[in-house]
Order: sequence, then C-alpha cells, then structure tokens
Amino acid sequence: MNTLKLNGQDYKMDVPDEMPLLWAIRDVAGGHPGTKFGCGLGLCGACTIHIDGQPARACITPISSVTGQNVTTIDNLHNDPIGQIVQQAWLDTAVAQCGFCQGGQIMSATALLKTNPNPTDEQIEEAMVGNICRCGTYNRIKIAIRQASTHLKEAKA
Amino acid sequence: MSQLPNDFALSNLSRRGFLKGVGATGALVLAASWGWQDAFAEDKPKKFGADGMPNGWIDDPKVYVSIAADGTVTVVCNRSEMGQGVRTSLSMVVADELDADWALVKVQQAPGDEVRFGNQDTDGSRSMRHWYEPMRRCGAAARTMLEQAAAEQWKVPVGECHANLHKVVHQPSGRELGYGALAAAAGALAVPARDSLRLKQPSEFRYIGKEGVRAIDGADIVNGRAVYGADVHFDGILYATIARPAVYGGKVKSFDDSAALKVPGVIKVLQIESRPLPSEFQPLGGVAVVASNTWAAIKGREALNIEWDDGPNASYDSIAYRKELEAASLKPGKVVRNTGDIDKALASAGSTLEASYYLPHLAQSPMEPMVAIARYQDGVCEAWAPSQAPQVTRERISERLGLPFDNVTFNVTLLGGGFGRKSKPDFVVEAAILAKEFPGKAVRVQWTREDDIHCSYFHTVSAEYLKASLDKDGMPSGWLHRTVAPSITALFAPGMNHEAAFELGMGFTNMAYAIPNVRLENPEATVHTRVGWYRSVSNIPHGFAIQTFVDELAHKAKQDPLKYQIKLLGPDRQIDPRTLSEEWNYGESPERYPIDTARMRTVLETAAKAAGWGRKLPKGRGLGLAVHYSFVTYVAAVIEVEVKDDGTLIVHKADIAVDCGPQINPERIRSQFEGACVMGLGNAVLGEISFKDGKVQQDNFHMYEVARMSLAPKEVAVHLVTPPGEVPLGGVGEPGVPPIAPALCNAIFAATGQRIRSLPVRYQLQGWQKAGA
Repeated sequence: MNTLKLNGQDYKMDVPDEMPLLWAIRDVAGGHPGTKFGCGLGLCGACTIHIDGQPARACITPISSVTGQNVTTIDNLHNDPIGQIVQQAWLDTAVAQCGFCQGGQIMSATALLKTNPNPTDEQIEEAMVGNICRCGTYNRIKIAIRQASTHLKEAKA
Repeated sequence: MSQLPNDFALSNLSRRGFLKGVGATGALVLAASWGWQDAFAEDKPKKFGADGMPNGWIDDPKVYVSIAADGTVTVVCNRSEMGQGVRTSLSMVVADELDADWALVKVQQAPGDEVRFGNQDTDGSRSMRHWYEPMRRCGAAARTMLEQAAAEQWKVPVGECHANLHKVVHQPSGRELGYGALAAAAGALAVPARDSLRLKQPSEFRYIGKEGVRAIDGADIVNGRAVYGADVHFDGILYATIARPAVYGGKVKSFDDSAALKVPGVIKVLQIESRPLPSEFQPLGGVAVVASNTWAAIKGREALNIEWDDGPNASYDSIAYRKELEAASLKPGKVVRNTGDIDKALASAGSTLEASYYLPHLAQSPMEPMVAIARYQDGVCEAWAPSQAPQVTRERISERLGLPFDNVTFNVTLLGGGFGRKSKPDFVVEAAILAKEFPGKAVRVQWTREDDIHCSYFHTVSAEYLKASLDKDGMPSGWLHRTVAPSITALFAPGMNHEAAFELGMGFTNMAYAIPNVRLENPEATVHTRVGWYRSVSNIPHGFAIQTFVDELAHKAKQDPLKYQIKLLGPDRQIDPRTLSEEWNYGESPERYPIDTARMRTVLETAAKAAGWGRKLPKGRGLGLAVHYSFVTYVAAVIEVEVKDDGTLIVHKADIAVDCGPQINPERIRSQFEGACVMGLGNAVLGEISFKDGKVQQDNFHMYEVARMSLAPKEVAVHLVTPPGEVPLGGVGEPGVPPIAPALCNAIFAATGQRIRSLPVRYQLQGWQKAGA
C-alpha cells in the first residue's frame, strides 16, 4: 500500500512501488488532470510537478519515493501566491497555443522564480530547456517569466 | 482525371462511405444536401474554397449560435482546436456580427457531423479562410432575428431597432432589451434570407482584426483544467497499449502473453488484425494489452513475447534509400511543367549552376501523444479523441466495426498539438476495436512517445535537384528542377509512385519567378512507410531547395540576395496559377487567388527592412533570407544567426513578414508564425527520422530531437503586412514553416561560407573555421 499527499488530499493506493507518480495521479487518484504524459522518460517536462516545492518529473518519479512529501500539481497552483502571478503572466502574454505542455512549463517557471525571483535570460533558458513546447511558444514563455518576475518584485515592494 | 490526382478526389472517396448513413438524419439533410450532390455531378464546374470541400459549409445560425435566458451566447465550433486559436477566432467573428459582449461568449465543440456542421477537416490552413464568411452570416442572421424579436415585442418598425453590445435598442423611445430576454422569441423566428443580411462595415468591427481579445481556453489551460484526449474519464475505464508492427506492413506471426497476464493490473491480451497494405487510415494491427491503469498496460506490453512477420518493407534503409532518390533526381522524370526550351537554354548558356538537396523524414510528434477513448454497447459506439478529422474518424469506425454510420458518435476534445498527425484516425479506430470486446466499458488506448515516433504518418523524404543556365548578368535563363519523394497518395492505393498535384503544387509547380525556360520533373519514388501530412507538407522540401538555390545563384552572380530575389520575381504581376501548372492552388479559385508577385516582393522588403538587411555583422554572424508562397499566403523570413567556433548555432533574431490577406485575430496570427519559426528551426537543425531494417531508429525525444528554448530565436518579430485593395483570406497555421530552414541555412552561409544542402544541420558545422581557413 502506498500513500500519496496530493494537492492537500491524502490517498491510499494499492499500486506497485515503482509505479510512476504520473500514472498514480492520473489513473488512480483521478481528478487532477493537469499533469500530462508527454514522453515517459523525463525528457519533455509536460508532467512537471512540485515535490515539497522542488520541481520533478512525475513520469520518472516512483510513487514510493514521495511518501510523506507534499505533491503539488498545476491543478492546485492557483493556491500558491507565486504560482498565481505566473499563471496571470501566462494569460497576459497569451503564451499558450495548444496548451498541452503549458502546465508543466508553468510549474517549471514557478519553481525557478521561487528560488530565483530575478532570473537572467540565460538562467531562464537553463531552467526551461527541459520543457518542450512543440507549438514553439518559447519566446512568449520568456516574456511571461520576465513579467512575472517584475510583478513579484512589485508585490514585495 | 487520374486515380487520385488531389485531395479533392480523396474527399470524394471518403464521402462514399458517408453516404450510406445519410438517409436517416431527416430534414437537416435537405438543408445541407447541395454540397455533396453537386460534388458528385461530374459535368458541373469545379468548386473552390469551402464549396469544394466535402459537405461544404453551413451558415445556419440555429446550428451555430444559441443564446440562453441569462444572455450567455454559445457558439458552436466545428473545427478542431490544436493551438491555432480557432475556437477563439471563429467565435470572435460570430460575436462581432452578433454585436455580443465577448465576456458573455462561450464555445461548444461540435461532434463529428458534417451533414449538420459542414466540413470539419481541420487541416490545410483552411479554417478561417473557409469559415469566416459563413460565420459572419451566422452572427448577422442571429443579430437580425434579435432585432426582429424586439420590434415585434415593441410593435415598432424593425428599422428602428438596433443591436448594440448584447442588447437591442429602440432608438426613438430609448427602450432596450437584453439578448437573454429576446432569445426565446428570436429563436422562434425564421432565419432571414442570406441576401437580406446586413454585414458590418470593417469600421464597425468590435473584435475582428482587433488586438487583445481574450483567448477562450486560456484560463482553463493555465489551471490544468482544459480537457485533452486523455482527460476524458469514466468510472471503470480500461486502459490499453498496443504493440504494433515496427515495420510498415508487418504482422503478428505468433505471440506468448503468459508473462504479460501475470503483470498486476493486466486484464486481457488480444490481437488486432493487420489489414493488407496500403494501410490508408486503418490501424497497423498488433497485440493489445488491456489493464486497470496505463502503467500496468505499459508493463504488460513489455512482457509480451511476439514473433513478427516484417513483410515487404523489412529492408527499408534510409542510407540506401537516399542514394536511390538522389540517383533518380539526376535522371529525367515525369514532366509536370515545361515552358520554353530548357535543353537549348542549358546547352547555349555561358555558365550553369547545379545543386542537390536532401531532406529526411520527420515525425509530427505533437506534445500530446495519440490517445482515444471508446465505448461500445448494443451496436452503438461512442468515441472521444483529439482529432483533426472528426467526420473521417466516424466513417472509419463505422466501416471497421461494421456499424451504420449513425450508430457511431464521435466527440472532439482539445488537441495537444496536431500538425497533421491527428488528421489520421488510426488510433481512434484502435480504441473502437477494443471497446467492442468490452461492451459497456470505456476503453482508452494510450500511445507512448515511442509509439508516436515509430508509427507516425511521416513527413516525406526527398531529394531535390536544380540546374540553372545563367545569362551574362548571372540571372537564370533556364531552370530545371526535379523533386523525388514518396507520395502521401501511396497510403490509399498501390503503385502511387509520383507526387500528386496537391504535393507538387506546394511550391514546386507554382514556382513564380520570371524565367523564360522552365522544366519541372517528378521522377518515381516507391514508398516503404506511412507518409502523411506534416505542417506545410511538401512546401518543406520545395521551399528549402528553391530558396537555397536562389541564394546560391545570387552569390554566384556576386549580387545581394535581396536585390537578386526581387529581380528574379520580375515585374509586379498577378499570375493565374493555371498558367504555371495543373490548377491546384490549395483548392482555391484561380481568379480569386492569383499569385501576386507584388505581395511576394512586399513581404521580402518588409522582412529585410525590419532586420536591417545589409548591415555589417561581426565574424561568425550572418543574415539569411527566404520567401515562400504557400496556403495562399505570402511569407518572407530573415534570420540572424551566429555560428560559434564549435559549430553551435545561436539564432539571434527572426524577422518574419506575412501577408495572409485580411487579419481576423492578429494576435493569434503572430503566435502561429512565432511557433512555425521555432518548429522550422527544429526541422532544419535537428529533425530526422531514419529507418534501418524497416524500423525507425529513433525512440523518444533524446533521439528524435525537436526545438527547445535554447534553439528558439532570442528575439522573434512577426510583421503583418496589409495588402492593398481587397483580397480574400490566406492560410495561417502552416505557411510560416517553409521559409525558415532556407533562411537559416542562407544565414549560416553568410556567417561561415559553408553551404548546407542536406538537412538536418546538426553536426555539419563542427570545425567550420578550420574548413574555411
């Protein structure tokens, strides 16, 4: 039996220890659809989540490795003040095209801004290079992150 | 007419399956029946645009617009949303003519039903150009009905009642009624005649052509609530993966599922029949593992022991095939355009230039891998999937399950990218086949990324050969171009070894430069895999070869490539595409859509000016340009690249000038061209699918690399050009891709002196300084 603390809810799951968190969230817990399957090997970032605030790829994280830790997905990010600022910047910049990868992009961007509220363009690239967007929204993602960074500063001031 | 000359004929084929189901749907059929009846009448003149598509268009507001008592306006979107913004843009058009408040507009996705909704094939960059006018009429008709309803209620002449931002105002008395209050009465009125409608003047537009209109799905996307294929959920749903033949045309010889059945969660293993080639849109077959969750289905599939019969394509090898294509490109082939006398021009020329180009297969690989859900009970099947082709999907399910068409329902989710891959319903048919084995249960077929890369409908592979005879000024007096590439039509019939008119017409036969002697040839190529549509399709190889060759010609003539391009375009003129080739012209009327060299020149000049063309750049940096006409839209790109000592590329800036005619949603147009630029860079620098022993050699994104943020331009600017006079709408989704690869490679030449003639660029620039020293 595995336990999962997901977006503030507790789950007990009779699943193999090695089941990736992605499938535990999507197929077993249910009700948190924002974490997407894109590659299964941690190569595309569509499944990016936060484990105790740290970004991780749900598709290569076994469920047994997160026992007792807080797992947050894009579905619950609006309850995070920094996440909310990032989401708003995404809307203001009209980043999304198909949108499928954007949950993962926003989770990566939020994690970046939490540790580095004022990233340079190089730091943005470094933090985001693991998130693929096949629609090619990278320029707007950068603009949105810069905008969120500015708003963060304003919020603190 | 040859067997499958273009996509018009393919559409007719698909319509035959559809006709069987038409009888039972009643009165709606009468309203829509003109479309397919006319298309079948062979003595009728050819139809163009939306008229030429299967099931044509519908502009009935009672189909597309509803207004609730609280005033909420719901617009039905009949086209699939895959990031191009069509749910927003079509609704903007309806809302504008309806004079609705955008904050009160919602969108409902249409299920696959072309009798009711008109053509739903979301491909060919057609949605806005085919549906702008019908949707305007829908909005205008609904607005008129609201005004009539108000006039009747107030017992005043309708001419005194005017819709104004979600209410109708009686000007003499100042009375007003909201749309919600009028909705029921308006809905009971007859739809006004098409020719009685008053459409808005452009100066009256609230949303059309305006910036800052809220994207309909934006908030759902950033909150993870938007519903894509795999987000469709039912209690007790079953999860399946399928082991498909790795070689096109392969079959299961035998399989042992004993280990798979021991994997916890695996419920059943079953075989899916492989149909004889060509595969058309049907599944490849294989062995399916059905389980209680996706992970168990994946682990169960790994535990299968399958012996395959690889079939006739087991020796497909990309290295050997390239040699075949290149050899074919050096010999005469089927002549598809011939003006003047190229042999004489070449024989008498003082000098000539020839070059060969090669572009490999690509996989669309949208971020959302293929996924479909189906449920079957008592001879009725309902399915859900991210599909670009809902009607075709319904037809193929009906055919494969042997069900009457009306017993199949198909629902379209949001698409996590499409790029042409999701025009093919193979993955949805798989779900339907499995659902039939579990009556009453929903079954989801989930493709992994490996499945996606191994079993795509690949972008073609091609060899392009060009030779020009040059006059004393270095301008071509003669132009010989051969394109050799396996054709998409080989999916539908055996022995299709030539590109179809719709492929040749993508930047090859409609080459518009002013050259007196032109011969264009298409030697044969045999297909060994599933070749399908990939964003901008055959424009990719044709655009790359022609735009690189023109740059080579300019350099040979020691002329500035921009000036050379403009000279080569010749005097401003409108060319009837029928004078260049077989008339395909993206299915559009040659009269409404001539090829306009002035528009071509204008986008070139616009992009060049914005990029500061001609400025001096530091060592290792260069500017490259390219122009390409596709999907009846004109696009030029100037790219500034830096090539580092180790061969690493940095794309500093892309300036893209676009003339797509009238702009409905300029913000989405810019985003489409920004994205197409990134995809074009990925295609050029990284993209390659290769085969060995009939199998794809790439498995996932570490081997089939696509553009990441590091490859995106540090800055991208899209310049929307407004053409003079009145022109109809052009395409937006695809035409941004073709000019990118040649503009990049021309920039690389400017930076390094190294000419890239074979894609992807990848490691070709390692040691460039040494080579150039």
